[in-house]
Formats: sequence, C-alpha cells, structure tokens
Amino acid sequence: MANPAKRVGLFVTCLVDMIRPSIGLAAVKLLEDTGCIVEVPRQSCCGQPAFNSGDRATTRAIAEQVIDAFASYDYVVAPSGSCAGMLKMHYPELFHGDPNWLPRADAFAAKTYELVSFLVDVLGVSRVDASLETTATYHDSCSGLRELGIRVQPRRLLGSVRGLALTEMRDADVCCGFGGTFCVKYADISNAIVEKKVANVAATGANLLIAGDLGCLMNMAGKLQREGKPVEVRHVAEVLAGMTSEPAIGAPHHPKQHPDAEPHP
Amino acid sequence: MSHVATSPRFKENARAALADPELQNALKFVEVNFIARRREVADKLPEFDALRDAARDIKNHTLAHLDLYLEAYEQKVTAAGGHVHYAVTADDAKRVVLDICKRLSAKTVTKGKSMIGEEIGLNDHLEANGITPVETDLGEYIIQLRHEIPSHIIAPAVHLTKAQIEADFRRAHDKLPADRNLTEPTSLLAEARGVLREKFLAADVGITGANFLVAETGTSIIVTNEGNGDLTQTLPKAHIVLASIEKLVPTLEDVSQFLRVLARSATGQEMSVYTTLSTGPRRADDPDGPGEYHVVILDNGRSSMLGGEFGDMLRCIRCGACMNHCPVYHAVGGHAYGWVYPGPMGAVLTPSLIGVDQAGQLPNASTFCGRCEEICPVRIPLPRMMRSWREREFERHLSPVTVRSGLAFWAYFAKRPRLYGLATSLAARALALIGRHKGRFGWLPFATGWTRHREFPAPQGATFQAQWKARQRERR
Repeated sequence: MANPAKRVGLFVTCLVDMIRPSIGLAAVKLLEDTGCIVEVPRQSCCGQPAFNSGDRATTRAIAEQVIDAFASYDYVVAPSGSCAGMLKMHYPELFHGDPNWLPRADAFAAKTYELVSFLVDVLGVSRVDASLETTATYHDSCSGLRELGIRVQPRRLLGSVRGLALTEMRDADVCCGFGGTFCVKYADISNAIVEKKVANVAATGANLLIAGDLGCLMNMAGKLQREGKPVEVRHVAEVLAGMTSEPAIGAPHHPKQHPDAEPHP
Repeated sequence: MSHVATSPRFKENARAALADPELQNALKFVEVNFIARRREVADKLPEFDALRDAARDIKNHTLAHLDLYLEAYEQKVTAAGGHVHYAVTADDAKRVVLDICKRLSAKTVTKGKSMIGEEIGLNDHLEANGITPVETDLGEYIIQLRHEIPSHIIAPAVHLTKAQIEADFRRAHDKLPADRNLTEPTSLLAEARGVLREKFLAADVGITGANFLVAETGTSIIVTNEGNGDLTQTLPKAHIVLASIEKLVPTLEDVSQFLRVLARSATGQEMSVYTTLSTGPRRADDPDGPGEYHVVILDNGRSSMLGGEFGDMLRCIRCGACMNHCPVYHAVGGHAYGWVYPGPMGAVLTPSLIGVDQAGQLPNASTFCGRCEEICPVRIPLPRMMRSWREREFERHLSPVTVRSGLAFWAYFAKRPRLYGLATSLAARALALIGRHKGRFGWLPFATGWTRHREFPAPQGATFQAQWKARQRERR
C-alpha cells in the first residue's frame, strides 16, 4: 500500500481505563488489525463531569491538556460516543472567540472519532473476524446516536460476527438514565428510567446486551444484576474484537477461564 | 405570579411522583401515544425537516426585528378597531385584564386555553376580585375543578387517569344520574360541553391565548381541537387575547408554514381541528363577534432574553414535543417541575422567568440525552441552554457544596494526568482485589446513589494505561 500507516492516538476514556481496560485492549486490536499504529499518550478524562456541572474553567484546562497530548496524531479515537462527542462537538465551543486555541480545538475535533464510526466511516471496514454464538440486542447510547450519528455502523459490524444473532429491543434509542453525574444526583429518576430500559432488554429474550459506552453499560448491567435478570453486558468493541473470554461487565471472575489478560500475541 | 413555585423542591416532588401509581399509569399515554403519532405524521411529510428549518428561520428573523413587527402589528390591530396593551410584568397584565372586566361589569369570563394566563396566575386574581373565570378547554376545565396547574403545556390534565376525571366530574356535576356513562373521553367532553354551553352564553368577557400574532394583518390565531375557543371569543361583549411578545410572526404566509409543523409536533395531527383567526371586534355587517377586542402583550422578562444566551428559547411555539420525548418528564410528570412550564422547555424557560435561584434544579435534572433538541420543530438547543444555566449556577455558587467539593477534588487529579494515573491505578487494584471474586459491589461508600438501585462492577485490576505501559516495555 502506498498510504503510510495511520497514527492513531487512543483516547481510552477514564471509565475504560479504570473499570474495564479490556475494552481498551479490544479497541487497540480492532485498530491494529486495520494496519493503524496505535499510541496512548498519558491522559485522564475528557472533562465532561466538569462541563456538565457548569465548571467551564476546569473543563478548559482539561481540554487544553488533551488537545496538547494528542497534537501529533493523525486521528484521535475513543471507544465511547459520549467522550468522543465531548472531544469532537464540545471542545470547539469551549474556545469560542479565542484566536489561539479555537483553531487548535477545531483541528483536534476534525480528526477525532468514536471507535466504531472510525472503523466504518473513515477506514471503510465492513466486516470483522470474530465469532460469538449468542443472541444479542444493541442499545444506542444518546451522545453517539444524536451528536455523532452512530446507528447503522455498529449494527453492520455486529452483523458480520459469526454466530451472533441481533434482535432489536423496543425504544433502543431511548436514554438508559445514566447521564453521567445525573445518575447519582437524581438517583431515583435515573432508576425509573433504567428500570424501563432493562425491561425492554429482557423482553427481547437476548442473552447479551451490547452498547458503545461503558457508562451506560455499567448502569444497565448494574440494574439487570440487581433485578436478577440473566443478561450478559458487553461493550461493542469486545464483541467485534472477538475478546469475550473476560467475564462480562459485573460478572463473577472465574479463575480457570482467564487466558487473555494479555491478549496480544 | 400567583402560583407559588415548588421548583426548589424538585427532588421531593419527583420522589412523590415516582411513588404515585395513578400518575405513573397516566404518564404512559405521553410516552407511548404522543411519540408514535408524531413519528407517523412526520415520516409522511418528506419536507418536514425543511419546514422545521424554515420555522426556525422565520422566528429568528422576527425576533431580530421584534420592535418593528410589534409596531406594525399594533397599527393593524388599532386600524381594525382593537386595542393593544403592553404589559411589562405579570401584575401589569392582570391589571389590564381586570380593568376591562370591571369596566364591563363582568361577573363571569370564559377562557380558552392560555399558558400566559397560567403564567400570570390570572384565574386567582379574577376570583379575588369577585369575577368567576370558567375554563372551557376540557383539560383546563378538569384542572380548574381540581384547583391544579397544568402538568403539560398542551395536555393540561395528562397526569390524570380517566377514572380520576370521572370521579371529579361526578363530584362537581352533582345533578348527574349515576348511570350516566363517563368512561370515555368523548362522553366526558359531551358532559363538559353541556355544562359549558350556559357559561358561554352568560359570559361577559372571553379570554383566549394566541398561538400567533400576525404583524401583516393584526390577526391573532388560536389552534384548538374542541372549538371552545371560538365560542369563548365570539359570544361575549369583549374578547381579550393574552399573548407574549415572542408570538409575533410577520405574515399569514409564515403562519401557514408554522401550522404545518405545530400540530404534527404537538399531537401528531396533520392539522388541529380548529384554526381560528381574529382581527378586531365585530364589524357593522358581521353576523356575530365581540364588541371590543383587546390584545395584552406580556413581556415578563422575555425582552431581556433577546440576543442573549437564552434568546433561542423565544422561538418556542409551545408544542410540547420536548416533554413528550423527555425520559425525565416520562418518569415524574409535569407537576414535579413545580411551576407552569415543565419538561425541557420549562427547564430552560422557568429559570429565566422566576430566577435560577428558584428553579436551578430543573436544568440539572436532565441526562442530556438530546432527544428534545432532536425533535424540536424550531430547533432550540435545549441541552446547551440547560448547561448554560448550570454554568450560571456554578459561577454564582448556587450548586450544592457536596457537588462543588466533589468536583474540585476530582478536578485536582484530572488536571494532573501523572498523579491521576497513580491514584486510579491504586484505586482500581484495591477495588479489584475486594470485588473481583463476585465481580461487583452491592454497596459502595461515596456511591450510595448508585448502589441504592444497582450493582457497581468491580474493576478488572490494573488500569488500561498501566497495562499499556507494561506492554510497551515488553516490546522494547
């Protein structure tokens, strides 16, 4: 190929970094499988907790740091519609009227993508080499869906996973009630919303719930488990990368089956 | 304002709403019917999104030249024999209405649905002055029987079940035979119509709202489904139109564009059943109509929104689609918001009208799912403006101390990625050690809001960044 390999900076997201690194490893595998060179500069968070709490100064400080850290890459890719939406849609609005930072924020936003959208819309990936024998349903997380237009891309790639049958739930595009700090600030309302969501998940009879945002996944998994509903919950990257030997989100750890703590051959 | 806002108690209101089985039952109507109907009619109209753009642009244009359009409108109304009254505050508007009623020695006034009437608390004011207001819109009539405020801007009684409404009717209409069927909306409507017919004929003054004020012609327009507005405004001696400054549109042609998006967005109808245009009082050769025609145009803080951070909110055409599509509204209903305007539009507008110190909870109680903005017929960026209110609150130190200190603690680390890496690495390993066997926590200190309702997954162990560093070392 004449094209030089694309250098991708992985914005792993704070939740994936701390709670479920296997999603990050799956993202790396998916990107490397397409020939991208993946690097991970030191990072913390995209700043949404501050942004959505009205703390602009902190948000800007974090945004400047992120833009700096990822300045040298061709692309910035995040396994989250919410964080990618923050980087791509909201960073530029933080710097309105700032002649130094606005062009940098705009350039940063232009090269930033959510993982599945990057694979499909930028790299033209139409199928993955993975198999998973189960029935799954897909939840559209709000920011990915409405800020970034992610809807068909994950379904198309999931459709190429051998053995995986996708079944649509009712109101797949309705919020799960996570909403970042909303879920603890307005815990009772959040609970009412996620109750409806998991009822819709359970009604499909699917064994696996898939989505593209760990926050939403933790919320839905936590509710399914609290209600004793036997539905496994995984991030779309894990399924697409064929890395499903890790216990599902919130599932017990079985010491015997754990061959892929370091999944890279 | 005479409705005492309970918006500061939003959380308590919400908790009560969630525990109210009848309310929860009633709210299903919003979540299921309104959304499906809107989608159906919107899908049938290929130019629907283009019409939304046009509606947004017409409003933006009108608001940018509002002074000119108000003047032009006033001239046309005056030329048609009507009177325009500008009211800076709610009190001013109430005074104007009361003066007209008193001059005409009015004992009863009939009212078509008016959110401005609710905003200024007109009914209480009239009653306090010995005048009986009679709501003639079925939903408004029901909540008037119950002494409530609307829970939805186009479906005021949507928080009630049919059984509750039937009970209210049997209580209020005490001459009803017990075997009278009141189980269907149509039979309730027929019963209300029978009672209201006498009131229409007896009323001295009729008060309506306005969906549009047309500068080109001096016309006020209402859209209704019951026809009550027509009788309200044509039978009495005087017709008073209550409207706010942002109801202005330049021409009738513009109105025809709005009518194509309004009912579709609101009730999922292609058109409302009645679209009623009024221009001035009865003319010499008119068969009917009011002897006097007054328009009260309320500001109540809106002019200070023009051109500012919340100026886009003035495009709102009060269709209610944002609340119809809001997961928070679906969960708690309209009364939890504590004032006249609920849902996403209320979360933005209410702080403007009664102060963010009173209504600060409302723009916070959103998941920012963005569905309201997605379906808004005039494309109001509601989530962005809710965030702007949060910024105002943060700047004014109105947000709770626990939130502020938690945020400051987190920010200290988030702004120092190296330190952040160390801290999260330690925390992840510790939590993994404790929770890995079960895979999750049923209770966590500092996260009880979460664990009260759901499990929290145990971290897998080393953070991604720690694992990545190890991998890089191996590869060298």
